[in-house]
Amino acid sequence: MKFNSINIGSILCRPDALLKVSGEAKFAVDYYENNCVWAGVKRALEPHAILKNIDCVNALKIPGVLKVLTHKDVQGTNRQGVIRKDQPVLVNDKIRHCGDAVALVLAETKSDLSLAIDAVQIEMERLPAVTDIATALETDSHLVHEHNEKSNILLAGDITVGKGLAAANQCDVLVEAKFETQRQEHAYMETENGWAWLDDEGRINIVCSTQTPFRDRVEIAEALGIDPKNIRIIVPYVGGAFGGKDGITVQSLLALAAQHSEGRPVKMWWNREESFLSSVKRHPSMMSYRLGAKLDGTLHFLDVDISLDTGPYDHLGGVVLALAMEHSGGPYRIPNGLIRGKCVYTNNPVGGAFRGFGVTQVTSAMERAVDLLAEKLGMDRLELRLQNALKAGDRNFIGKTLITSTGIIECLETLSRHKLWRRKLSWKCGAPIFKKRGIGISAVMHASGYGPVVPDYANAKLELTENGKFRIYCGVVDMGQGNTTANIQIIGSLLNQPVGRIEVILPDTDKTLPSGSASASRCTYTFGNALVSAAGIMRERLCQKVADLLMIKDSNEFSMVPEAIRHLPTNREIRLETIARTMDLAEKVVIAHFRAPVATDLVTNDQEMRLHGIPHNLFSYSANLAYIEIDEITGKVGVQKYLTVSDCGKVVNPQLYDQQIQGGICQGLGLALYENFETLDGYVLTKDLSTYLVPTSMDVPDVESVALGIHEPSGPFGSKGIGEISTNGPLPTIANAIFDATGHMLKKSPIKPEAVLAALERNLSR
Amino acid sequence: MIAKVLISFELNSKKIEVETEPDRRVIDLLREDLGLTGVKESCGRGDCGSCSILVDGFVRLSCLMLAVQLHGRKILTIEGLNELEGVSISVQDAFVELGAVQCGFCTPGMIMSTIDLLNSNPKPSRNEIREAISGNICRCGAYQKILDAVETVTEELSESKNV
Ligand code: FES
Ligand code: FES
Repeated sequence: MKFNSINIGSILCRPDALLKVSGEAKFAVDYYENNCVWAGVKRALEPHAILKNIDCVNALKIPGVLKVLTHKDVQGTNRQGVIRKDQPVLVNDKIRHCGDAVALVLAETKSDLSLAIDAVQIEMERLPAVTDIATALETDSHLVHEHNEKSNILLAGDITVGKGLAAANQCDVLVEAKFETQRQEHAYMETENGWAWLDDEGRINIVCSTQTPFRDRVEIAEALGIDPKNIRIIVPYVGGAFGGKDGITVQSLLALAAQHSEGRPVKMWWNREESFLSSVKRHPSMMSYRLGAKLDGTLHFLDVDISLDTGPYDHLGGVVLALAMEHSGGPYRIPNGLIRGKCVYTNNPVGGAFRGFGVTQVTSAMERAVDLLAEKLGMDRLELRLQNALKAGDRNFIGKTLITSTGIIECLETLSRHKLWRRKLSWKCGAPIFKKRGIGISAVMHASGYGPVVPDYANAKLELTENGKFRIYCGVVDMGQGNTTANIQIIGSLLNQPVGRIEVILPDTDKTLPSGSASASRCTYTFGNALVSAAGIMRERLCQKVADLLMIKDSNEFSMVPEAIRHLPTNREIRLETIARTMDLAEKVVIAHFRAPVATDLVTNDQEMRLHGIPHNLFSYSANLAYIEIDEITGKVGVQKYLTVSDCGKVVNPQLYDQQIQGGICQGLGLALYENFETLDGYVLTKDLSTYLVPTSMDVPDVESVALGIHEPSGPFGSKGIGEISTNGPLPTIANAIFDATGHMLKKSPIKPEAVLAALERNLSR
Repeated sequence: MIAKVLISFELNSKKIEVETEPDRRVIDLLREDLGLTGVKESCGRGDCGSCSILVDGFVRLSCLMLAVQLHGRKILTIEGLNELEGVSISVQDAFVELGAVQCGFCTPGMIMSTIDLLNSNPKPSRNEIREAISGNICRCGAYQKILDAVETVTEELSESKNV
């Protein structure tokens, strides 16, 4: 194997990749237990209706059907949710979107199951569906939740910056635009699934594909009225998640099924259509921007109004809104303005976490507004960005003083020196016949962690095993981002051990410790910091142990070497295996806690906004550039080159770093050009991957990625979050490139060839 | 109950005989009955390529085939590659070394498409590789590194032939 260096900053190939290329790696979906019962869900398929009755008689007549469960079988609150518990496990009163779960069927085989699901009859009284933000906000709109205090508003807030709206008059130049982004589906390759069983002690064990095992346990417990101690969740490798498994999918349903399967294991696996129908999506957004500057290009004022369609349930909608508001002004100094935001309940698919988490939407708006402003000012778009870019000590738009590493200026400067920027004009002029070329750029920031109120912590557990290896117990899921590999590198380099001497225990609520979600670009930062402490304690403990055994006074004379501890003055070595034999279990285990520092700036007195995460403390940055070529006949946009310069701290593993960058860009390009999860009057139109177009190998260019590697003092080995930032770049960068090519700023995504053609035609008639 | 059918075929270099329902899909036969869970299902209708296997050396979608269609054929799944030598090992190694694996759910299918390509075209250009894997969706967006990995294999193959 070429790349197996344990050193921080070099490539260590993922140990899990070895299992994944041979087909040995087991995902939750790969377990088929003997005597297993298949569980499946009857979905509402109606956006808004009062549930009258569930008729199970015909379903129960089908041979092989064991049970049909309804809300009446749910013992607990029957409500789940991350912040606000507003989503039923099984609908009891009202159907609020097409994907709502109404009944849970248990059957002997998959075919019995699908027959029975079809045979369950839902009697309901249809209600007019609330399917767009404007209607939802009308005073006489139908209500998605009758008892919600603020009608159809889940969360709303505004934050005034500096002199607020009054500063609009002080601008020499003002641009104004409205932007709209679409609903995006995660489309992880492993659809939602899991299996569960009741063990001899009556505990429910669930193996499933989730980002949040510890939080799930509490949610299931409350919803079903079970003691959380009686639930165990185990998460093997996850086949992609991107935010879509940040919360409950199959978990409560599986637990309920296990309660009724008479001791037999239960398996549930949503197919692609069901996954599309029921899973959360990136929030569709409407954003109004007014951006103003002085004649010399100094940004002076921004007025933002953001509305997100969150569907019928909170999920993480409020938190997404707060992060969007916080990032609405991008990585710039803007002294005055107003940020207004609303997250609105509708009967559309549920909005939730998706890599980029609200920042994707606002960045696309802000960066397009900056290009519009540059044009109006007659300034170079890169110069304008550089002139206003944040540096450490500045306050960002929301008023948070930046006290952590802030590298956006370096990102932009590096981009300005890059050959792709310097040669842009000659490239643009070289367009072949019937093609038009354009170059776009964008500047992005993205926070990591949870914000000032919700504790952002991790507990790392490290054990010296019987045979002298180190075993890392990590409660943070690896859904493909590779944190497991980063953890191995951290332990290997700090304890001077080769890869083969390190084992990992994947998340298991019985074995690993609560360490928060696998989300918010926090995995390696937060858990990594805890692991660094654990390694330090372990090293000290082992050296002391050997010093005691050998009756040597100073434990500093010892050092760790592969598989052993060496007494440096005498070169004497004691094998770790030997040391392990002298220790009892409690001594061989180290647990270390880390809680991420939070912002203490009081940028708003609105407690709700603070609870939902405003403001953050740590940010990553990037500058992006794209070369695009438009086909003048078809309007098709081809992305020829894409450059991203990123400040995500020191690089722990360049291969993992690249994977995150390239993957995020791929999803961002999907958002920019192809993906659109369509609904009509609340009914889902997009049912499969042949109509939901995620980028293929033909659609994404090779990405050039420059990592600046700026040291972040609070991060493990100087690193910071890398998981999400790259997703935010493509939409504004591509839109700005089309603007460069055609003179028209397209404000609605995905940017379809029809819209590009129309822009070209308008250009001709100009 | 529909009568079961007896079929025999070669699976990962071993001859086997199984009784199966005439409407059973290949992917269910492989995953559920034969325990070959390296074959992944992600769409079940031919849109994603995760379920790719090799049938008589050509890549096929196991979610769109019926088990009875396997009768008399040679089937290779990702698990079968481990016992083979040569190209398939190089492809697997290159995927690991060049970071072509993120979540890994698309990986078995990607590798099968790659092997099909290299069987018919040992020296593909980067664009030919792009085309060959364009029916395999990787939502993690690992395409660039997958292309790098396949290119490395082709370089190695041509080097080893030149010696
Ligand atoms: S599962 Fe066969 S093509 Fe998607
Ligand atoms: S590696 Fe996750 S889908 Fe390809």
